[in-house]
Amino acid sequence: MKREIWKGSEAIAEAAIRAGCRCFFGYPITPQNEIPEYMSLHMPQSGGVFVQAESELAAVNMVYGAAASGVRAMTSSSSPGVSLKQEGISYMAACQLPAVVVNVMRGGPGLGSIQPAQGDYFQATRGGGNGDYRTVVLAPANIQEAVDLTQEAFDIADQYRNPVILLADGLIGQMMEPIVWKERTPRELPKKTWAASGRRGRDHSNFVTSLLIDAPACEAHNLELAKKTAEMERNECRWEEIMLDDAELVLVAYGTPSRVAQTAAENLRRQGVKAGVFRPITLWPYPYARLREIAGLDRVKTFLTVEMSLGQMLDDVNLAVAGQKPVKFYGRSGGMIPHVSEVEQAALEAWKEVK
Amino acid sequence: MTAAECCSHRVTIVTGHYGTGKTEFAVNLALALAAGGERVMLADLDIVNPYFRSRERRELLEEAGVRLVATPRALADADVPALPAELHTVLEDRSVRGVLDVGGDPSGARVLARFRPRLLKEDHQLLYVLNANRHEVRTAERAIACLRGIEAMTGLACTGLVNNTHLCGETDAEEIRAGAELGGAVSRETGIPLLCHVAEARFVPELTDLKEPVFAIAIRMKKPWE
Repeated sequence: MKREIWKGSEAIAEAAIRAGCRCFFGYPITPQNEIPEYMSLHMPQSGGVFVQAESELAAVNMVYGAAASGVRAMTSSSSPGVSLKQEGISYMAACQLPAVVVNVMRGGPGLGSIQPAQGDYFQATRGGGNGDYRTVVLAPANIQEAVDLTQEAFDIADQYRNPVILLADGLIGQMMEPIVWKERTPRELPKKTWAASGRRGRDHSNFVTSLLIDAPACEAHNLELAKKTAEMERNECRWEEIMLDDAELVLVAYGTPSRVAQTAAENLRRQGVKAGVFRPITLWPYPYARLREIAGLDRVKTFLTVEMSLGQMLDDVNLAVAGQKPVKFYGRSGGMIPHVSEVEQAALEAWKEVK
Repeated sequence: MTAAECCSHRVTIVTGHYGTGKTEFAVNLALALAAGGERVMLADLDIVNPYFRSRERRELLEEAGVRLVATPRALADADVPALPAELHTVLEDRSVRGVLDVGGDPSGARVLARFRPRLLKEDHQLLYVLNANRHEVRTAERAIACLRGIEAMTGLACTGLVNNTHLCGETDAEEIRAGAELGGAVSRETGIPLLCHVAEARFVPELTDLKEPVFAIAIRMKKPWE
Protein backbone atom coordinates (compact mmCIF):
# COMPACT_ATOMS: atom_id res chain seq x y z
CA MET A 1 0.00 0.00 0.00
CA LYS A 2 1.17 3.51 -0.80
CA ARG A 3 2.68 5.31 2.16
CA GLU A 4 2.14 9.03 2.47
CA ILE A 5 3.38 11.69 4.86
CA TRP A 6 0.55 13.23 6.86
CA LYS A 7 0.45 15.75 9.64
CA GLY A 8 -1.44 14.34 12.63
CA SER A 9 -4.22 16.91 12.71
CA GLU A 10 -4.90 16.61 8.98
CA ALA A 11 -4.79 12.82 9.17
CA ILE A 12 -7.35 12.80 11.99
CA ALA A 13 -9.64 15.05 9.92
CA GLU A 14 -9.31 12.92 6.78
CA ALA A 15 -9.78 9.72 8.81
CA ALA A 16 -13.04 11.12 10.22
CA ILE A 17 -14.33 11.96 6.75
CA ARG A 18 -13.42 8.47 5.53
CA ALA A 19 -15.24 7.01 8.55
CA GLY A 20 -18.43 8.70 7.40
CA CYS A 21 -18.32 11.80 9.57
CA ARG A 22 -20.65 14.26 7.84
CA CYS A 23 -20.76 17.14 10.31
CA PHE A 24 -17.83 18.97 11.85
CA PHE A 25 -18.24 21.90 14.21
CA GLY A 26 -15.23 23.55 15.76
CA TYR A 27 -13.48 26.64 16.96
CA PRO A 28 -9.77 27.28 16.37
CA ILE A 29 -7.10 26.71 18.99
CA THR A 30 -3.44 25.71 18.70
CA PRO A 31 -2.12 22.99 18.34
CA GLN A 32 -5.04 21.47 16.42
CA ASN A 33 -6.03 24.26 13.99
CA GLU A 34 -5.25 22.03 11.04
CA ILE A 35 -8.26 19.84 11.91
CA PRO A 36 -10.89 22.59 11.36
CA GLU A 37 -8.80 24.03 8.53
CA TYR A 38 -8.72 20.68 6.73
CA MET A 39 -12.42 20.10 7.46
CA SER A 40 -13.36 23.54 6.10
CA LEU A 41 -12.01 22.56 2.69
CA HIS A 42 -12.65 18.84 2.52
CA MET A 43 -15.89 18.30 4.47
CA PRO A 44 -18.04 20.29 1.98
CA GLN A 45 -16.25 18.50 -0.89
CA SER A 46 -17.39 15.15 0.51
CA GLY A 47 -20.98 16.28 0.92
CA GLY A 48 -20.77 17.15 4.60
CA VAL A 49 -21.19 20.22 6.72
CA PHE A 50 -18.44 22.35 8.27
CA VAL A 51 -19.26 25.19 10.62
CA GLN A 52 -16.77 27.33 12.45
CA ALA A 53 -18.90 28.01 15.49
CA GLU A 54 -18.81 31.20 17.53
CA SER A 55 -17.38 29.33 20.51
CA GLU A 56 -16.44 25.88 21.76
CA LEU A 57 -19.73 25.72 23.61
CA ALA A 58 -21.68 26.39 20.44
CA ALA A 59 -19.61 23.82 18.54
CA VAL A 60 -20.22 20.98 20.98
CA ASN A 61 -23.94 21.74 21.08
CA MET A 62 -24.06 21.68 17.28
CA VAL A 63 -22.52 18.21 17.53
CA TYR A 64 -25.24 17.34 20.06
CA GLY A 65 -27.90 18.40 17.56
CA ALA A 66 -26.36 16.65 14.58
CA ALA A 67 -25.78 13.45 16.57
CA ALA A 68 -29.41 13.54 17.76
CA SER A 69 -30.50 13.47 14.14
CA GLY A 70 -28.46 10.30 13.60
CA VAL A 71 -25.55 11.80 11.64
CA ARG A 72 -21.91 11.01 12.40
CA ALA A 73 -20.57 14.22 13.94
CA MET A 74 -17.31 15.39 15.46
CA THR A 75 -15.70 18.35 17.14
CA SER A 76 -12.07 18.97 18.03
CA SER A 77 -10.21 21.34 20.26
CA SER A 78 -7.27 21.60 22.61
CA SER A 79 -7.22 21.52 26.40
CA PRO A 80 -8.85 24.84 27.46
CA GLY A 81 -11.31 24.51 24.60
CA VAL A 82 -12.20 20.97 25.64
CA SER A 83 -12.91 22.19 29.17
CA LEU A 84 -15.62 24.36 27.62
CA LYS A 85 -17.10 21.33 25.85
CA GLN A 86 -17.61 19.27 29.00
CA GLU A 87 -21.23 20.31 29.47
CA GLY A 88 -22.07 19.12 25.95
CA ILE A 89 -20.27 15.82 26.49
CA SER A 90 -22.24 15.18 29.68
CA TYR A 91 -25.50 16.00 27.88
CA MET A 92 -24.63 13.69 24.98
CA ALA A 93 -23.76 10.87 27.37
CA ALA A 94 -27.07 11.44 29.16
CA CYS A 95 -29.02 11.43 25.89
CA GLN A 96 -27.07 8.41 24.60
CA LEU A 97 -25.79 10.27 21.56
CA PRO A 98 -22.79 8.94 19.63
CA ALA A 99 -20.17 11.56 18.77
CA VAL A 100 -16.40 11.92 18.60
CA VAL A 101 -14.55 14.63 20.53
CA VAL A 102 -10.86 15.14 19.74
CA ASN A 103 -8.60 16.75 22.33
CA VAL A 104 -5.09 17.62 21.13
CA MET A 105 -3.65 18.44 24.54
CA ARG A 106 -1.46 21.44 25.30
CA GLY A 107 0.07 22.80 28.49
CA GLY A 108 -2.33 23.79 31.27
CA PRO A 109 -4.03 24.51 33.61
CA GLY A 110 -5.94 27.55 32.39
CA LEU A 111 -4.84 28.90 29.05
CA GLY A 112 -1.42 27.37 29.68
CA SER A 113 1.02 27.04 26.78
CA ILE A 114 0.71 25.83 23.21
CA GLN A 115 3.32 23.09 23.58
CA PRO A 116 2.39 19.39 23.97
CA ALA A 117 1.07 18.02 27.27
CA GLN A 118 -1.08 15.30 28.86
CA GLY A 119 -2.64 17.23 31.70
CA ASP A 120 -6.24 16.42 30.73
CA TYR A 121 -6.08 12.74 31.72
CA PHE A 122 -8.30 13.16 34.77
CA GLN A 123 -10.79 15.27 32.82
CA ALA A 124 -11.03 12.70 30.01
CA THR A 125 -11.04 9.50 32.05
CA ARG A 126 -13.12 10.60 35.05
CA GLY A 127 -15.76 12.43 33.05
CA GLY A 128 -15.08 16.17 33.00
CA GLY A 129 -18.78 16.94 32.92
CA ASN A 130 -21.40 16.35 35.59
CA GLY A 131 -23.20 13.18 36.47
CA ASP A 132 -22.75 9.41 36.32
CA TYR A 133 -21.27 8.72 32.92
CA ARG A 134 -18.14 7.39 31.25
CA THR A 135 -16.60 7.89 27.83
CA VAL A 136 -14.20 5.58 26.02
CA VAL A 137 -10.86 7.42 25.78
CA LEU A 138 -8.48 6.46 22.97
CA ALA A 139 -4.83 7.59 23.09
CA PRO A 140 -2.78 7.26 19.89
CA ALA A 141 1.03 7.15 20.02
CA ASN A 142 1.71 7.63 16.31
CA ILE A 143 -0.07 9.08 13.29
CA GLN A 144 -1.12 5.71 11.86
CA GLU A 145 -2.76 4.86 15.15
CA ALA A 146 -4.39 8.30 15.27
CA VAL A 147 -5.99 7.49 11.90
CA ASP A 148 -7.07 4.00 12.92
CA LEU A 149 -8.45 5.07 16.30
CA THR A 150 -10.33 8.05 14.84
CA GLN A 151 -12.19 5.69 12.53
CA GLU A 152 -12.71 3.17 15.30
CA ALA A 153 -14.01 5.96 17.56
CA PHE A 154 -17.05 6.50 15.32
CA ASP A 155 -17.90 2.79 15.43
CA ILE A 156 -17.48 2.61 19.21
CA ALA A 157 -19.65 5.71 19.61
CA ASP A 158 -22.40 4.24 17.45
CA GLN A 159 -22.21 0.79 19.04
CA TYR A 160 -22.73 2.09 22.59
CA ARG A 161 -24.55 5.33 21.74
CA ASN A 162 -22.01 7.27 23.74
CA PRO A 163 -19.46 10.03 23.10
CA VAL A 164 -15.88 8.83 22.52
CA ILE A 165 -12.80 10.95 23.29
CA LEU A 166 -9.69 10.80 21.13
CA LEU A 167 -7.04 12.05 23.54
CA ALA A 168 -3.93 13.04 21.60
CA ASP A 169 -1.00 15.06 22.87
CA GLY A 170 0.18 18.11 20.93
CA LEU A 171 2.93 16.17 19.20
CA ILE A 172 0.35 13.86 17.60
CA GLY A 173 -1.47 16.94 16.32
CA GLN A 174 1.60 18.60 14.87
CA MET A 175 4.10 15.96 13.77
CA MET A 176 4.31 14.30 10.39
CA GLU A 177 4.72 10.58 9.83
CA PRO A 178 4.20 8.08 7.05
CA ILE A 179 0.83 6.33 7.08
CA VAL A 180 -1.20 4.07 4.81
CA TRP A 181 -4.92 4.39 4.20
CA LYS A 182 -6.13 0.87 4.97
CA GLU A 183 -9.31 -0.74 3.79
CA ARG A 184 -11.20 -1.21 7.02
CA THR A 185 -14.10 -3.42 7.97
CA PRO A 186 -16.58 -1.37 9.97
CA ARG A 187 -18.32 -3.00 12.91
CA GLU A 188 -21.85 -4.28 12.56
CA LEU A 189 -23.81 -1.53 14.17
CA PRO A 190 -27.37 -1.17 15.42
CA LYS A 191 -29.74 0.93 13.31
CA LYS A 192 -30.34 4.42 14.66
CA THR A 193 -34.04 3.90 15.30
CA TRP A 194 -33.84 6.48 18.10
CA ALA A 195 -32.74 9.37 15.85
CA ALA A 196 -34.80 12.55 15.88
CA SER A 197 -34.66 12.79 12.12
CA GLY A 198 -38.28 13.41 11.24
CA ARG A 199 -41.20 11.05 11.85
CA ARG A 200 -41.34 9.67 8.30
CA GLY A 201 -44.25 7.30 8.84
CA ARG A 202 -43.14 6.09 12.28
CA ASP A 203 -45.97 5.57 14.77
CA HIS A 204 -44.14 7.48 17.49
CA SER A 205 -41.96 10.54 17.90
CA ASN A 206 -38.33 10.25 18.92
CA PHE A 207 -37.49 12.65 21.69
CA VAL A 208 -33.96 13.51 22.84
CA THR A 209 -33.58 15.03 26.31
CA SER A 210 -31.42 14.72 29.38
CA LEU A 211 -34.01 16.20 31.75
CA LEU A 212 -35.36 13.46 34.01
CA ILE A 213 -36.92 15.50 36.77
CA ASP A 214 -38.42 12.45 38.52
CA ALA A 215 -35.58 11.06 40.68
CA PRO A 216 -36.51 7.35 40.43
CA ALA A 217 -36.73 7.72 36.65
CA CYS A 218 -33.35 9.48 36.58
CA GLU A 219 -31.78 6.69 38.63
CA ALA A 220 -33.33 4.02 36.42
CA HIS A 221 -31.88 5.82 33.39
CA ASN A 222 -28.45 5.98 35.03
CA LEU A 223 -28.58 2.26 35.76
CA GLU A 224 -29.23 1.68 32.06
CA LEU A 225 -26.18 3.82 31.24
CA ALA A 226 -24.18 1.82 33.79
CA LYS A 227 -24.97 -1.38 31.88
CA LYS A 228 -23.33 0.17 28.83
CA THR A 229 -20.39 1.25 30.98
CA ALA A 230 -19.87 -2.35 32.05
CA GLU A 231 -20.13 -3.53 28.46
CA MET A 232 -17.55 -0.97 27.27
CA GLU A 233 -15.22 -2.05 30.09
CA ARG A 234 -15.60 -5.66 28.99
CA ASN A 235 -15.14 -5.12 25.26
CA GLU A 236 -13.05 -2.06 24.53
CA CYS A 237 -9.91 -2.29 26.64
CA ARG A 238 -6.68 -2.05 24.61
CA TRP A 239 -3.00 -1.83 25.36
CA GLU A 240 0.39 -2.63 23.88
CA GLU A 241 3.26 -4.52 25.49
CA ILE A 242 6.74 -3.57 24.26
CA MET A 243 9.74 -5.71 25.26
CA LEU A 244 7.79 -7.00 28.26
CA ASP A 245 8.44 -10.74 27.76
CA ASP A 246 11.43 -10.74 30.09
CA ALA A 247 11.18 -7.24 31.56
CA GLU A 248 12.13 -6.62 35.18
CA LEU A 249 11.57 -2.86 35.06
CA VAL A 250 8.30 -1.72 33.50
CA LEU A 251 7.82 1.80 32.12
CA VAL A 252 4.15 2.75 31.83
CA ALA A 253 3.33 5.54 29.38
CA TYR A 254 0.69 6.49 26.82
CA GLY A 255 0.73 8.68 23.70
CA THR A 256 4.06 10.03 22.44
CA PRO A 257 5.82 9.77 25.85
CA SER A 258 5.54 5.98 25.35
CA ARG A 259 7.95 6.44 22.44
CA VAL A 260 10.35 8.37 24.66
CA ALA A 261 9.95 5.53 27.18
CA GLN A 262 10.62 2.93 24.48
CA THR A 263 13.87 4.60 23.40
CA ALA A 264 14.84 4.85 27.09
CA ALA A 265 14.04 1.14 27.58
CA GLU A 266 16.20 0.19 24.59
CA ASN A 267 19.07 2.25 26.04
CA LEU A 268 18.55 0.65 29.47
CA ARG A 269 18.74 -2.81 27.94
CA ARG A 270 22.11 -1.90 26.45
CA GLN A 271 23.19 -1.10 30.02
CA GLY A 272 22.01 -4.50 31.21
CA VAL A 273 18.66 -3.46 32.72
CA LYS A 274 15.80 -5.52 31.30
CA ALA A 275 13.30 -2.75 30.70
CA GLY A 276 10.01 -2.83 28.80
CA VAL A 277 7.04 -0.58 28.16
CA PHE A 278 3.37 -1.08 29.00
CA ARG A 279 1.32 1.29 26.86
CA PRO A 280 -2.39 1.74 27.54
CA ILE A 281 -4.21 2.57 24.28
CA THR A 282 -7.58 3.00 25.98
CA LEU A 283 -7.25 5.21 29.05
CA TRP A 284 -10.82 4.37 29.91
CA PRO A 285 -11.44 1.51 30.15
CA TYR A 286 -7.98 1.21 31.69
CA PRO A 287 -6.17 -2.13 31.28
CA TYR A 288 -6.09 -2.72 35.06
CA ALA A 289 -6.35 -6.50 34.92
CA ARG A 290 -3.37 -7.04 32.64
CA LEU A 291 -1.19 -4.52 34.45
CA ARG A 292 -2.08 -6.16 37.78
CA GLU A 293 -1.12 -9.53 36.32
CA ILE A 294 2.25 -8.15 35.16
CA ALA A 295 2.84 -6.61 38.59
CA GLY A 296 2.29 -10.03 40.12
CA LEU A 297 5.08 -11.67 38.12
CA ASP A 298 8.15 -12.58 40.22
CA ARG A 299 10.60 -11.21 37.67
CA VAL A 300 8.95 -7.77 37.54
CA LYS A 301 10.62 -5.67 40.22
CA THR A 302 9.44 -2.08 39.78
CA PHE A 303 7.36 0.36 37.72
CA LEU A 304 8.06 3.84 36.41
CA THR A 305 5.15 5.89 35.11
CA VAL A 306 6.12 8.53 32.54
CA GLU A 307 3.76 11.35 31.63
CA MET A 308 3.65 14.83 30.15
CA SER A 309 1.86 15.90 33.33
CA LEU A 310 2.71 15.85 37.01
CA GLY A 311 1.15 12.46 37.71
CA GLN A 312 -2.40 11.71 36.61
CA MET A 313 -2.33 8.28 34.96
CA LEU A 314 -0.14 7.44 37.97
CA ASP A 315 -3.37 6.98 39.96
CA ASP A 316 -4.53 4.25 37.58
CA VAL A 317 -1.13 2.55 37.61
CA ASN A 318 -1.29 2.49 41.41
CA LEU A 319 -4.84 1.08 41.30
CA ALA A 320 -3.65 -1.65 38.93
CA VAL A 321 -0.38 -2.54 40.66
CA ALA A 322 -2.22 -2.47 44.00
CA GLY A 323 0.91 -2.27 46.11
CA GLN A 324 2.43 -5.48 44.73
CA LYS A 325 5.55 -3.61 43.54
CA PRO A 326 6.89 -0.05 43.88
CA VAL A 327 5.49 2.52 41.44
CA LYS A 328 7.73 5.53 40.70
CA PHE A 329 6.97 8.56 38.60
CA TYR A 330 8.68 10.89 36.17
CA GLY A 331 6.81 13.68 34.40
CA ARG A 332 7.24 17.04 32.74
CA SER A 333 4.48 19.59 32.56
CA GLY A 334 3.24 22.80 31.01
CA GLY A 335 4.38 21.90 27.50
CA MET A 336 7.79 20.42 28.27
CA ILE A 337 8.59 17.01 26.76
CA PRO A 338 10.39 14.40 28.87
CA HIS A 339 13.85 13.81 27.44
CA VAL A 340 15.03 10.24 26.84
CA SER A 341 18.02 10.75 29.15
CA GLU A 342 15.79 12.07 31.96
CA VAL A 343 13.54 9.01 31.72
CA GLU A 344 16.58 6.74 31.69
CA GLN A 345 17.93 8.46 34.79
CA ALA A 346 14.63 8.15 36.65
CA ALA A 347 14.41 4.48 35.63
CA LEU A 348 17.93 3.79 36.88
CA GLU A 349 17.09 5.40 40.22
CA ALA A 350 13.96 3.24 40.53
CA TRP A 351 16.04 0.21 39.57
CA LYS A 352 18.73 0.89 42.21
CA GLU A 353 16.08 0.72 44.94
CA VAL A 354 14.99 -2.82 44.06
CA LYS A 355 17.93 -4.67 42.56
CA MET B 1 26.51 19.20 -4.79
CA THR B 2 27.99 21.70 -2.35
CA ALA B 3 25.96 24.28 -0.47
CA ALA B 4 27.77 27.04 -2.37
CA GLU B 5 26.64 25.51 -5.68
CA CYS B 6 23.15 25.18 -4.28
CA CYS B 7 23.15 28.81 -3.09
CA SER B 8 24.52 30.70 -6.06
CA HIS B 9 22.74 33.83 -4.81
CA ARG B 10 23.26 35.87 -1.65
CA VAL B 11 19.80 35.16 -0.25
CA THR B 12 18.06 31.79 -0.62
CA ILE B 13 14.35 31.66 0.14
CA VAL B 14 13.11 28.15 0.93
CA THR B 15 9.40 27.59 0.31
CA GLY B 16 7.18 24.55 -0.20
CA HIS B 17 4.10 22.89 1.21
CA TYR B 18 4.05 21.71 4.82
CA GLY B 19 5.81 18.41 5.29
CA THR B 20 8.03 18.75 2.26
CA GLY B 21 11.03 19.14 4.56
CA LYS B 22 11.82 22.84 4.02
CA THR B 23 13.18 23.27 7.50
CA GLU B 24 15.42 20.19 7.31
CA PHE B 25 16.76 21.45 3.97
CA ALA B 26 17.20 25.04 5.19
CA VAL B 27 18.99 23.99 8.38
CA ASN B 28 21.35 21.69 6.46
CA LEU B 29 21.98 24.39 3.87
CA ALA B 30 22.87 26.97 6.51
CA LEU B 31 25.17 24.55 8.35
CA ALA B 32 26.94 23.58 5.12
CA LEU B 33 27.38 27.21 4.06
CA ALA B 34 28.85 28.04 7.47
CA ALA B 35 31.17 25.04 7.25
CA GLY B 36 32.38 26.52 3.97
CA GLY B 37 33.46 29.65 5.83
CA GLU B 38 30.55 31.91 4.92
CA ARG B 39 28.87 34.36 7.34
CA VAL B 40 25.43 32.79 7.43
CA MET B 41 22.13 33.92 8.89
CA LEU B 42 19.16 31.55 8.96
CA ALA B 43 15.78 33.19 9.44
CA ASP B 44 12.89 31.15 10.85
CA LEU B 45 9.91 32.86 9.20
CA ASP B 46 7.33 30.14 9.75
CA ILE B 47 4.38 31.98 11.30
CA VAL B 48 2.02 29.02 11.08
CA ASN B 49 3.60 25.95 12.67
CA PRO B 50 3.96 26.05 16.45
CA TYR B 51 6.29 23.01 16.61
CA PHE B 52 9.23 21.55 14.66
CA ARG B 53 10.78 24.89 13.79
CA SER B 54 14.37 25.70 12.84
CA ARG B 55 14.62 27.76 16.05
CA GLU B 56 14.45 24.46 17.97
CA ARG B 57 17.99 23.83 16.68
CA ARG B 58 19.35 27.16 17.92
CA GLU B 59 22.17 25.58 19.92
CA LEU B 60 23.38 23.39 17.07
CA LEU B 61 23.23 26.28 14.60
CA GLU B 62 25.00 28.76 16.83
CA GLU B 63 27.76 26.30 17.67
CA ALA B 64 28.30 25.89 13.94
CA GLY B 65 28.54 29.65 13.52
CA VAL B 66 25.12 30.18 11.95
CA ARG B 67 23.30 33.21 13.33
CA LEU B 68 19.67 32.24 13.87
CA VAL B 69 17.09 34.94 13.33
CA ALA B 70 13.92 33.96 15.13
CA THR B 71 11.15 35.37 17.28
CA PRO B 72 12.62 36.16 20.71
CA ARG B 73 12.27 33.35 23.23
CA ALA B 74 9.65 35.27 25.25
CA LEU B 75 7.40 35.43 22.20
CA ALA B 76 8.35 32.10 20.63
CA ASP B 77 5.25 30.31 21.91
CA ALA B 78 2.97 33.32 21.99
CA ASP B 79 0.98 31.94 19.07
CA VAL B 80 1.15 35.29 17.25
CA PRO B 81 2.68 35.87 13.81
CA ALA B 82 5.51 38.05 15.17
CA LEU B 83 8.58 38.52 13.01
CA PRO B 84 12.07 39.20 14.32
CA ALA B 85 13.36 42.74 13.62
CA GLU B 86 16.79 41.23 12.97
CA LEU B 87 15.43 39.95 9.68
CA HIS B 88 16.34 43.33 8.20
CA THR B 89 20.03 42.52 8.79
CA VAL B 90 19.75 39.53 6.46
CA LEU B 91 18.19 41.72 3.81
CA GLU B 92 20.48 44.74 4.17
CA ASP B 93 23.91 43.44 5.16
CA ARG B 94 25.39 42.32 1.87
CA SER B 95 28.30 40.56 3.55
CA VAL B 96 25.87 37.99 4.91
CA ARG B 97 24.58 34.84 3.22
CA GLY B 98 20.92 34.51 4.10
CA VAL B 99 18.70 31.44 4.19
CA LEU B 100 15.01 32.18 4.77
CA ASP B 101 12.96 29.25 6.10
CA VAL B 102 9.41 30.22 5.15
CA GLY B 103 6.15 28.59 6.31
CA GLY B 104 4.43 26.19 3.95
CA ASP B 105 1.80 26.91 1.29
CA PRO B 106 0.62 30.35 0.12
CA SER B 107 -0.74 31.39 3.56
CA GLY B 108 2.60 30.65 5.20
CA ALA B 109 4.50 32.46 2.45
CA ARG B 110 2.39 35.61 2.90
CA VAL B 111 5.00 36.80 5.37
CA LEU B 112 7.40 37.44 2.47
CA ALA B 113 5.12 39.82 0.62
CA ARG B 114 6.01 42.88 2.71
CA PHE B 115 9.71 42.29 2.03
CA ARG B 116 9.22 41.98 -1.73
CA PRO B 117 10.55 45.47 -2.64
CA ARG B 118 13.69 44.87 -0.58
CA LEU B 119 14.18 41.29 -1.83
CA LEU B 120 13.90 42.45 -5.45
CA LYS B 121 16.93 44.72 -4.84
CA GLU B 122 18.96 41.82 -3.48
CA ASP B 123 20.63 38.94 -5.27
CA HIS B 124 18.17 36.21 -4.32
CA GLN B 125 16.69 32.88 -5.38
CA LEU B 126 13.35 31.40 -4.39
CA LEU B 127 13.42 27.61 -4.13
CA TYR B 128 10.35 25.41 -4.03
CA VAL B 129 10.75 22.14 -2.15
CA LEU B 130 8.85 19.04 -3.33
CA ASN B 131 7.88 15.84 -1.53
CA ALA B 132 6.01 13.29 -3.64
CA ASN B 133 4.72 11.62 -0.47
CA ARG B 134 2.72 14.63 0.68
CA HIS B 135 -0.88 14.19 -0.41
CA GLU B 136 -1.47 17.91 -0.99
CA VAL B 137 1.33 18.17 -3.56
CA ARG B 138 1.95 14.61 -4.73
CA THR B 139 0.92 15.24 -8.36
CA ALA B 140 2.55 17.74 -10.72
CA GLU B 141 -0.77 19.51 -11.06
CA ARG B 142 -1.22 20.03 -7.32
CA ALA B 143 2.45 20.87 -6.76
CA ILE B 144 2.29 23.54 -9.47
CA ALA B 145 -0.94 24.97 -8.07
CA CYS B 146 0.75 25.40 -4.67
CA LEU B 147 3.87 26.87 -6.32
CA ARG B 148 1.82 29.39 -8.30
CA GLY B 149 -0.09 30.27 -5.15
CA ILE B 150 3.17 31.03 -3.33
CA GLU B 151 4.37 33.16 -6.25
CA ALA B 152 1.10 35.08 -6.39
CA MET B 153 1.09 35.65 -2.64
CA THR B 154 4.70 36.83 -2.43
CA GLY B 155 5.04 38.58 -5.78
CA LEU B 156 8.31 36.73 -6.25
CA ALA B 157 9.21 34.24 -8.97
CA CYS B 158 10.42 30.74 -8.21
CA THR B 159 13.85 30.09 -9.71
CA GLY B 160 14.57 26.51 -8.74
CA LEU B 161 12.94 23.23 -7.66
CA VAL B 162 14.32 20.96 -4.95
CA ASN B 163 13.27 17.33 -4.73
CA ASN B 164 13.22 16.47 -1.03
CA THR B 165 10.94 13.44 -1.25
CA HIS B 166 11.07 11.55 2.03
CA LEU B 167 9.07 9.31 4.37
CA CYS B 168 10.64 10.51 7.61
CA GLY B 169 12.58 7.55 9.07
CA GLU B 170 11.33 5.20 6.34
CA THR B 171 12.90 6.98 3.38
CA ASP B 172 14.91 4.97 0.85
CA ALA B 173 16.60 5.67 -2.49
CA GLU B 174 13.51 4.46 -4.38
CA GLU B 175 11.35 7.13 -2.73
CA ILE B 176 13.84 9.83 -3.72
CA ARG B 177 13.88 8.49 -7.28
CA ALA B 178 10.06 8.61 -7.40
CA GLY B 179 10.30 12.22 -6.27
CA ALA B 180 12.78 12.92 -9.05
CA GLU B 181 10.03 12.00 -11.52
CA LEU B 182 7.62 14.44 -9.91
CA GLY B 183 10.36 17.11 -9.92
CA GLY B 184 11.01 16.44 -13.61
CA ALA B 185 7.32 16.73 -14.45
CA VAL B 186 6.94 20.02 -12.54
CA SER B 187 10.10 21.33 -14.22
CA ARG B 188 8.92 20.40 -17.73
CA GLU B 189 5.54 21.97 -17.13
CA THR B 190 6.83 25.22 -15.60
CA GLY B 191 10.23 25.65 -17.22
CA ILE B 192 11.72 26.10 -13.75
CA PRO B 193 14.97 24.10 -13.45
CA LEU B 194 15.20 21.16 -11.02
CA LEU B 195 18.16 22.42 -9.00
CA CYS B 196 18.92 19.30 -6.96
CA HIS B 197 17.73 16.28 -5.06
CA VAL B 198 18.12 16.10 -1.29
CA ALA B 199 19.21 12.86 0.31
CA GLU B 200 20.70 11.67 3.56
CA ALA B 201 24.40 11.09 2.91
CA ARG B 202 23.96 7.29 3.16
CA PHE B 203 21.68 7.25 0.07
CA VAL B 204 23.96 9.36 -2.15
CA PRO B 205 25.97 6.41 -3.60
CA GLU B 206 22.69 4.79 -4.73
CA LEU B 207 21.55 7.89 -6.59
CA THR B 208 24.30 8.33 -9.19
CA ASP B 209 21.77 7.63 -11.97
CA LEU B 210 19.89 10.89 -11.31
CA LYS B 211 20.44 13.61 -13.90
CA GLU B 212 20.57 16.47 -11.44
CA PRO B 213 23.07 16.82 -8.58
CA VAL B 214 22.34 15.49 -5.07
CA PHE B 215 22.73 17.66 -1.97
CA ALA B 216 23.68 15.42 0.95
CA ILE B 217 22.15 16.12 4.35
CA ALA B 218 22.16 14.74 7.89
CA ILE B 219 18.83 14.58 9.73
CA ARG B 220 18.75 17.46 12.21
CA MET B 221 15.02 17.87 12.89
CA LYS B 222 14.62 14.73 15.00
CA LYS B 223 11.59 13.82 17.08
CA PRO B 224 12.08 13.72 20.87
CA TRP B 225 12.49 9.93 20.95
CA GLU B 226 14.79 9.62 17.94
